[in-house]
Amino acid sequence: MEFIVLLVVLGVLVLIALFVVGLYNGLVQRRLRVDEAWSQIDVQLKRRHDLIPNLVNAVRGYMEFEQETLTQVTQARADAVAAGARGPADQAQAENALTGTLRSLFAVMENYPDLKASQNVLSLQEELSTTENQISFSRQHYNTSVREYNTSIATVPAVFIAGMFGFDPREFFEAEPEAQQVPEVRLR
Amino acid sequence: MSASTTFFSQQRSNRRKSILLLVGVGLILGAFGFAAGFGTTGDPFGGLGFTVVAVVIAALLGSGSYFAGDRMVLAASQAKPVTQESHPVLMNVVREMSLASNIPMPKVHIIDDTAPNAFATGRNPEHASIAVTTGLLEKLDREELQGVIAHELGHVRNLDIRFMLLVGVLVGGVALIADIFLRYTIFFGGGRGGRRGGGGGGVLQIVMIVLAVVLAIVAPIAARLVQLSVSRQREYLADATAVELTRNPVGLEQALWKIGADREVLEVANRSTQHLYFINPIKKFEDRASSMWATHPPLADRIDRLRELHSMPPLSADQREALTH
Repeated sequence: MEFIVLLVVLGVLVLIALFVVGLYNGLVQRRLRVDEAWSQIDVQLKRRHDLIPNLVNAVRGYMEFEQETLTQVTQARADAVAAGARGPADQAQAENALTGTLRSLFAVMENYPDLKASQNVLSLQEELSTTENQISFSRQHYNTSVREYNTSIATVPAVFIAGMFGFDPREFFEAEPEAQQVPEVRLR
Repeated sequence: MSASTTFFSQQRSNRRKSILLLVGVGLILGAFGFAAGFGTTGDPFGGLGFTVVAVVIAALLGSGSYFAGDRMVLAASQAKPVTQESHPVLMNVVREMSLASNIPMPKVHIIDDTAPNAFATGRNPEHASIAVTTGLLEKLDREELQGVIAHELGHVRNLDIRFMLLVGVLVGGVALIADIFLRYTIFFGGGRGGRRGGGGGGVLQIVMIVLAVVLAIVAPIAARLVQLSVSRQREYLADATAVELTRNPVGLEQALWKIGADREVLEVANRSTQHLYFINPIKKFEDRASSMWATHPPLADRIDRLRELHSMPPLSADQREALTH
């Protein structure tokens, strides 16, 4: 009789242990997905930081009267690089500021026909636009995986073990507000 | 947010319909095999034997196309692979859209033709290829190109590419089997019927022969109609997916407009590959109005569905007119 009780107790304990292991593995997997998504963004951010000095050097000679715009871009880039150590939320803010200054630089560049004839500048511009697009598409993916992960560590049943094993919530990489507006339509 | 939930429900219903249609093609083939077998051998087991043969041929064709179909399609369209160095903008746009749709970077090909068009093929997102014409790159700006690429990657992500490969070959298979049967009954049917007539062939057998002949004529047409209706639904779905990926209905809308207004004919496209393209490449023969025989929905309807997404009024009668002429 005692033997049977012992077996039942053991069985229940084993079941609980298996359940906790399953939960733990699930959380680890979700956290890994967040890390992977982040590294996708990070690669593009670094790439953009590397491209900007090249662009600034390439256009400096042409744009003597726009030194202020160029200084703003350089400054915003330095801020963004520095923000890299302070986590996704802060970095997103600095990167959005950098995106803004880059846009005004591109707008100003429209006034210089010589620039648009330069193959080097054109290809740098294309590289920067694709980097920016890739950042924004990776951001959607990153934010989705952060949302899934944060929800799972804050809800029953994983909430009971999340704190114990050190699963902390992650920060979102926020989109810039103007990127979400629907652009105007022009047909024909 | 509400827009993306409609995409998901649309995706689900399209997947369900696709499975039904695949099963439908299978049943047509099975029934035809049985009627043809029963009719010619006068034996239900002979009927089953023919069913097995028909299904085996379909399975062989299906698996052949599953593994080699993409290479066949690319070769038939004279598509050449491209590199980052030769076509940076195209490669960048494809990379952006594959990030957005969360699938691996597909192989990218180019077709040397001034008619703007594109297609995707392959058996799954890990083995996918997309091809665009040089005309597409010349005539569209970056935003519009993004819309077209997103549409093609929509076909990849929704697994349309695999389905279109399979259905295309199954439809061909139904036609092939029906053809073989019709020839067989014309050449040998008379002699056999005479011999059997003396032995007292059952009424059932004659009914089966008639049924088989009717099926042999109707089945390829039915299978083709099924393929076309799937193809049209999938174009709408891929348009919707493209908007979901780019979050921008305007690029795709303008691309449809530009390509639709373009009068050039894509020389490498033919009847067996036309359903793969971004818009139907065979313009001379195909009426662009709504039709049971069209592989693609009318362009104006595709544009109207996109305009609905950002609360624009549908195209005016004049604008529709401009697209179809």
